[in-house]
Amino acid sequence: MNMSSDTIMRAADGTPLKAKLAQSLRREQLRAMALIAPLLIFILASFLLPILMMLKNAVYDPDLQDTLPRTSALLATWDGKALPEEPVFEAFAAELKAAQKERNAALIGKRLNYELPAMKSKVTVTARKLEAVQQGPWKEALTTIDPVWGDIETWATVKHASSTFTPFYLLSALDLRQTAEGAITAAPAERQIYRQIIMRTFLISTLVTVLTLLLGFPVAYFISMLPPHQANLLLVFILLPFWTSLLVRTTAWSILFQDGGVITQFLHVSGITWLLNALGLLHGEPALFKTRLATVIAMTHIQLPFTLLPIYSVMKTISPNYMRAARSLGATPVYAFIKVYLPQTLPGIAAGCLLTFILSLGYYITPALVGGPTDSMIAGFIDTSMNNEGNWGKASALGAILFTATLVLYYVYNRLVGIDKLKLG
Amino acid sequence: MDAIAARKLHEVPGRAGISLASESPSVREKVMADQTHLVKFEHVQKSYDGVSLVVKDLNLDIAKGEFLTMLGPSGSGKTTTLMMLAGFEPATHGEIWLAGKPINNVPPHKRGIGMVFQNYALFPHMTVAENLAFPLTVRNLGKADIEAKVRRALDMVQLQGFDGRRPGQLSGGQQQRVAVARALVFEPELVLMDEPLGALDKQLREQMQFEIKHLHERLGVTVVYVTHDQTEALTMSDRVAVFDKGIIQQLSTAQELYEKPVTAFVAQFIGENNRFHGVIASSKGGQCEVALQGGEKIKAVNVLGGAVGSKTCLSIRPERVDINPAASAENVLPAVVKELVFLGDHMRVRLSVAGNSEFVVKVHKQPQGGLAQGQKIKIGWHAEDCRALDDN
Ligand SMILES: Nc1ncnc2c1ncn2[C@@H]1O[C@H](COP(=O)(O)OP(=O)(O)OP(=O)(O)O)[C@@H](O)[C@H]1O
Ligand SMILES: [Mg+2]
Repeated sequence: MNMSSDTIMRAADGTPLKAKLAQSLRREQLRAMALIAPLLIFILASFLLPILMMLKNAVYDPDLQDTLPRTSALLATWDGKALPEEPVFEAFAAELKAAQKERNAALIGKRLNYELPAMKSKVTVTARKLEAVQQGPWKEALTTIDPVWGDIETWATVKHASSTFTPFYLLSALDLRQTAEGAITAAPAERQIYRQIIMRTFLISTLVTVLTLLLGFPVAYFISMLPPHQANLLLVFILLPFWTSLLVRTTAWSILFQDGGVITQFLHVSGITWLLNALGLLHGEPALFKTRLATVIAMTHIQLPFTLLPIYSVMKTISPNYMRAARSLGATPVYAFIKVYLPQTLPGIAAGCLLTFILSLGYYITPALVGGPTDSMIAGFIDTSMNNEGNWGKASALGAILFTATLVLYYVYNRLVGIDKLKLG
Repeated sequence: MDAIAARKLHEVPGRAGISLASESPSVREKVMADQTHLVKFEHVQKSYDGVSLVVKDLNLDIAKGEFLTMLGPSGSGKTTTLMMLAGFEPATHGEIWLAGKPINNVPPHKRGIGMVFQNYALFPHMTVAENLAFPLTVRNLGKADIEAKVRRALDMVQLQGFDGRRPGQLSGGQQQRVAVARALVFEPELVLMDEPLGALDKQLREQMQFEIKHLHERLGVTVVYVTHDQTEALTMSDRVAVFDKGIIQQLSTAQELYEKPVTAFVAQFIGENNRFHGVIASSKGGQCEVALQGGEKIKAVNVLGGAVGSKTCLSIRPERVDINPAASAENVLPAVVKELVFLGDHMRVRLSVAGNSEFVVKVHKQPQGGLAQGQKIKIGWHAEDCRALDDN
């Protein structure tokens, strides 16, 4: 039975047609690849790589492993029930001395300080004093320099901080921590800040998203009903803010919001301040500058076009005949709008809100300039962790959480609306 | 089509006369003859820009149960007229009546007029069943009632089993049927259709013409239909209103429209016609004699009663012209054969007659010896087949 080989389609030169086809397509594919290669490489280098590095930094923790290799190897077999034995102290002392010589001791202190308060100075002092000690027993020597070396908790911290990969940064970015036994518990109340920051970031972003939707939807509807030349003119006005840098706009807001600035003066002169005072809603002059209200107003202003434009572009494609059909079938204008028009704008609403929400999560400069000092958002904390504390692990962990939140939002959007329906214009 | 389902759909008290009308054409004609007007346009004018009139002094009566088609070239005001009737555009002047009541100030959703749009306007986010249920839900019908009516409507357009699909998952013809069913499901007395078949291919269009016509006959519903397509208008309608430049040029049955056009535009727009320009030389008893530029005299029907000396345009249908005419023909002219086109059942012969080299004759039976290009022949026609119309 030689049927199967005979039924294969062959090209004129006898090669199987499939192979021939693949061969002829491959050249086209290569040419296409060559065309997109520059952009692909650029995206890989400037976008994908940094994200991957950030994700790695969120769990990568080589400091103690590098500076205390012998100690961490010995601690690996330690059960954590009683103080470690003398060899551990010996190894630690030796490696601390070496680190001191190479001026690396501060690195150890900094890393331990993330988990135990005041460890930075304690390690520095220990390292300096240890230079004078020439021989053991090291357990005694260390505990006399600082009793902290006699605590089991100190060594438990050294033990888990000295593995190359650690969930510590991610956990602490969610106000969690791992006990010596490996169980995950809530961080002590006085060290809990991040959940609050994440919640605050989400709250402000939600607020801004809802406000842009409430303000933008009617405007988008209005513009979509206008004849083209008038609509284009209005669109130019909506796009106008894009022609100015974000920083300039934010600075402008901070000037407007100043105490005794334009807005406060206007409220005063127009009598609104007086009215609010009379109603008991306000005491004295309103303080707008450096408040959450200022952040939300400024962010809403900046984000408005991002929410409005996708909605507008969807509305523009909805034929007026749908509303007419609904009316002719007996629906009142309001009913027709809610049942027939609104559902068709949902892809635009979802796209606009998703865009604004995700962009709002990452706002940094606006809350920093016009927002309250204790009201900064997650991006502000990433900045502080990186630039003031040099804590790249924490910065990366916060970034990773932001990144995950974005992915989750996309996933939810895709399940609810379908990413293929995303219309940005 | 499911006749029983269709009839059930429209079993409404007080509509017995119309249901009866669907039984036999003669009864329906009688109903129409009763002059029970459902719709009446009275001196209606419409301007969008305040500069030009898109609809100029429209007067139109539409009888109950009638199938009336508005036919005309693009931009002649057909859609505008329909939109005024449906309530989406206000009339600039004049009054529109529906079932004896003026409706100028009645909003569209209270007019109870079904409408089929050119691109169907099926709600894309709803299933077929939800689309059909929409007008019923709006009217607060019970759930069981709605379900039964939707099922009957689906039976009526032969779309059983399609209720769960979305419009995007239907073919053009199926969408069209859903649109028709949706316009009929709430049992309106009047249904408007604006080029409902414009987006379909020729074969499907012909099939749907047939189905819409049958639905109309079975339900007895009044239909106002808009189309570009003259064949569609002629085959489907009880009466056709030919629109041009915002004016109804002629309103009559298809046959009359074809055989007795009253303006040169209608003669030209409906079917083929041969034209001569001339001046009325004499007029007597509804007939006249027209002098062409070359001096030939032609006897014709003086349709507009034009005075002697006034300019006119003569119109003769190609199938009314005989080659080698009998002695009874009042008009006989010499002609030269320019072109012969064989079309199976008949032959189109292009001739040069009295300075008109685009004169066409349809020949069903070739004369003895056949015809050849360049041949000199005689042609003739009866005075009653030649109509003297306005000249412009
Ligand atoms: N909304 C409008 N605003 C201004 N002018 C309009 C509007 N709608 C229609 N017109 C104008 O009115 C005239 C008649 O338009 P209408 O749509 O009634 O024509 P129609 O007979 O339906 O043509 P078609 O066969 O192409 O659909 C056209 O010249 C058109 O440009
Ligand atoms: Mg139209």
